[in-house]
Amino acid sequence: MRRILVGIKRVIDYNVRIRVRPDGSGVVTDGVKMSINPFDEIALEEALRIKERGDADEVVAVGLGPDDTQQQLRTALAMGADRAILVRTDLAVEPPVVARVMLKLIQTESPIMVILGKQAIDDDCNQVGQMLAAIWNRPQATCASKVVIEGGKARVTREVDAGLETIEVDLPAVLTADLRLNEPRYVKLPDIMKAKKKPLDITDLATIGVEATPRLKILKYEPPQQRQKGVIVKDAAELVAALRQKGLV
Amino acid sequence: MNRILIVAEHAGGMLNAAVAKCVSCAASVPDAEITIAVFAADGAAVAQAAASIMGVARVLLVDHAANEPALAAVLAPQVARLAEGHSHVFGPSTTFGKDLMPRVAALLDAAHVSDVMSVESAQRFRRPVYAGNAIVTVEAAAGEPIVATVRVASYQPAAQGGSAKIESVKLDLAPPTHTRFVSVSAARSDRPDLQTASRVVSGGRALGSVENFALIQGLADRIGAAIGASRAAVDAGYAPNELQVGQTGKIIAPELYIAIGISGAIQHLTGIKDARTIVAINKDAEAPIFEVADYGLVGDLFALIPEIEKNL
Repeated sequence: MRRILVGIKRVIDYNVRIRVRPDGSGVVTDGVKMSINPFDEIALEEALRIKERGDADEVVAVGLGPDDTQQQLRTALAMGADRAILVRTDLAVEPPVVARVMLKLIQTESPIMVILGKQAIDDDCNQVGQMLAAIWNRPQATCASKVVIEGGKARVTREVDAGLETIEVDLPAVLTADLRLNEPRYVKLPDIMKAKKKPLDITDLATIGVEATPRLKILKYEPPQQRQKGVIVKDAAELVAALRQKGLV
Repeated sequence: MNRILIVAEHAGGMLNAAVAKCVSCAASVPDAEITIAVFAADGAAVAQAAASIMGVARVLLVDHAANEPALAAVLAPQVARLAEGHSHVFGPSTTFGKDLMPRVAALLDAAHVSDVMSVESAQRFRRPVYAGNAIVTVEAAAGEPIVATVRVASYQPAAQGGSAKIESVKLDLAPPTHTRFVSVSAARSDRPDLQTASRVVSGGRALGSVENFALIQGLADRIGAAIGASRAAVDAGYAPNELQVGQTGKIIAPELYIAIGISGAIQHLTGIKDARTIVAINKDAEAPIFEVADYGLVGDLFALIPEIEKNL
């Protein structure tokens, strides 16, 4: 069975305006809409397309987080994942822990590929895929914007500072999805109904044998420094004069 | 003594400007001794450039045919080997550093801090989360190795004029062959580089077409600026992906940033909040970009760009 594992993280929806709690202990999450991390949605979409092209047989969505992560995994199943696994924990998990959990699952699932989002839009770390590839001792292709599978290899185009880089990796490998890899499909109502019948296995960190000991203590959250609101100039001449006065043009 | 190893990013024999910014960050760690590691095929010139950054104690040059073009899977084991005896390993938070450093951190089983924007102590750092809408202070346990990427927009480059000793190092490691470089499409131009330019002119969806996006290029050329773009403009195909500014694109800190036809989504603003002066030109007076702009000009960009050029 040619299997693809996809990581699904539950995060505050990207449209929510983030507010830091007054006591600095975190950001406000009460009554806030939660969603699949957008990059994970792209990762899942890519896995589904690879399967639809006949280059894989099964797509497994993996979540790590609180019980409510089932909601995001159900959405993943509605999008088309064949089954889902929730590794339950109420602890805040750091990227190395996520990587070790994925490695444990790799050992039982033997995937040809793991596709993750390039970063989560909450902690903005951009670490898990690279860490997983390291401890799995397999190739990584991060920030993917195009993936072609052929003969046990993946040819991946990556978004890099210089432009687009193409690399070839032997499978199995870890891929991370960038924005322009694809546009995730919309979930239709019948798919949501069907998703309710798909298997969603629930386990927890202790059962799979991974400790969530944090490496970094979070001391406090602060709101960012705000920029002062400037002035509205009346026309192009006034703008250029102001910039000239500051020596900017 | 904090012994800090910085991984040099380079291409075409040129040291990336982000490296001197990493040196500034490393120098703000108390009692720091800074080493730069250059992994290259033939890195003499790059090592020389690294050695001339003030504050650098030594440069380690690891020449190997497999080291160029840089691949994280090839470099990470070498960085991990050189990291022995160091308290910190830093790299720039460019696509190069973001690809490489977490792999290094995992090999070293080190604590990993992404996007360091300030150093509070040898173990304590501040970094942005939620697209810069919150800043966290994190602390690693004393004595634990730390791997970090440096948010380059938060630092000025360290000065030139140093003369660090360069040592050639041979590492007895067989590079992995499971990852192979194929090609890179580098749209090299005569324009300044977006990440390091002192002036940037960016265009948004309001430009409406590739042809109209040339207006941005015209203005940029007039003032010697680099070109940027919003995600919407890149998604619409008006500009290539490497010009995207924002949370998932480039985080920049130019002296002057001119946003034209960009409404100012939070994800875009996070990429420009360190710019010294922000100018916004938009026909919608309510656009969020005006909340952060030092100078706002409300009106039709197609009329205003030629007028600005006329006044220059």
